[in-house]
Amino acid sequence: MHLKLTRIMIELAITRKLHGAGGAINLNLDVRIGTGDFVTVYGPSGAGKTSVLRMLAGLLTPNDGRIVCDRQIWFDKSKDINLRPQFRNLGMVFQEYSLFPNMTVQGNLEFALQKDQPKSRIDELLQLIELEQLRDKKPALLSGGQKQRVALARALVRQPNLLLLDEPLSALDTAMQIKLQDYILRVHRQYNLTTLMVSHDLNEVIKMSKRVLILEDGIIKKDGPPLEVLPLDNLKPFITGGLSR
Amino acid sequence: MLDLSPFYLTLKLATVTTAILFVISVPVAYGLAFARWRGKVIVESIVGLPLVLPPSVLGFYLLLALSPLNAFGHFLEKYFDLRLVFTFPGLVVASVIYSLPFMIQPIQNGFRSVPVALKEAAYTLGKSRFTTLTKVLLPNMKGALLTGCMLTFAHTIGEFGVVLMVGGNIPHETRVISVTIYDEVEAMNYHQANVYASILLVFSFLVLISVYLVNNRAFKVDPYHD
Repeated sequence: MHLKLTRIMIELAITRKLHGAGGAINLNLDVRIGTGDFVTVYGPSGAGKTSVLRMLAGLLTPNDGRIVCDRQIWFDKSKDINLRPQFRNLGMVFQEYSLFPNMTVQGNLEFALQKDQPKSRIDELLQLIELEQLRDKKPALLSGGQKQRVALARALVRQPNLLLLDEPLSALDTAMQIKLQDYILRVHRQYNLTTLMVSHDLNEVIKMSKRVLILEDGIIKKDGPPLEVLPLDNLKPFITGGLSR
Repeated sequence: MLDLSPFYLTLKLATVTTAILFVISVPVAYGLAFARWRGKVIVESIVGLPLVLPPSVLGFYLLLALSPLNAFGHFLEKYFDLRLVFTFPGLVVASVIYSLPFMIQPIQNGFRSVPVALKEAAYTLGKSRFTTLTKVLLPNMKGALLTGCMLTFAHTIGEFGVVLMVGGNIPHETRVISVTIYDEVEAMNYHQANVYASILLVFSFLVLISVYLVNNRAFKVDPYHD
């Protein structure tokens, strides 16, 4: 209902058969996401969460349906349109960082620069994630949290208007998770980024998102603000601090 | 006086073969590692054939194919004025085919060893397949590239059957070191054969040592240096 006030950024209506460890499931989604929203896809593993992001990014092709982002058709089975990942203007942060080991921190960011972009964009982002000191270091030298900050900055180089985060913090310890959550929220607000995050961490979902899609067995079981749709019985009591936002 | 031309010819053959195979193998191995298409197994089997066939079988068929008496060789001679049997270019063609799996298979494994997420990350950053190949994939599989080059180079230096079949034994043109050693033994010049053989032995050993040293360094993650 809150979508009525905002412009639609993503229209996603797709089906895709997935084969996982728990057998085959049919992913069947019909969802709209408003511009500037922070939406989390929450659900048990094997529910198809990551596949949703991969289909948005063009790394996985739906069997049928349509994906529209910012009024540009990215995928339309009936019209045989399937834009390659390179042409979908989005930033994606992977669970396992995926920094290029052969490049320095700065090299990783510069790799993402488009032809017409000034190099000052890199300095701006390094400043934002507070990693200017480590710009000449290779990823192997960085801690998990630092790596993920670099990955986040790298995803923002192209100035996308959609940010996809695939369980970006699951490999980090709690203290680092909280710090990174703040970084993500900071860039989300600063660039008015429509952000879609996959997570199975209730605390994180509540702190970060305005809206949660609960995905089970390939379909959205619930859709709404975190406090209304999440199974809060499982929630750790101390996390309520995150709700004051 | 020791005739050094067989050494020169062998090194030239190995270098040219390695260079040509490297250029051919990167795209072929890329296709075999990543593409999903029917018939891939056929191409993989053809690439692997030189591993199991006796060199004489390969050499025999190449000799037939390249001979001006047969269609393909006749075509080359008539339209390109090119005769490949008993010539150095013919040796190169034969060596390239003979050493194909030794370059393609390590590079194919190299492509598979680079995490898929690196390739996908490059794509989502707007980079083409070619840029991703040259800037992300190849630099992160240097060990595999070196192994492919090393095996191809060494394998070409050591070849005998194919070279003899296709190239024959023409001094300064097709008489490589392995053929020269065979020749000297046939002529009972054991001393001369021993000189050639021991030089080849020491040379091969040194090549392997240096490549293994380089390779060990390439495999090691050294975050402190570029």
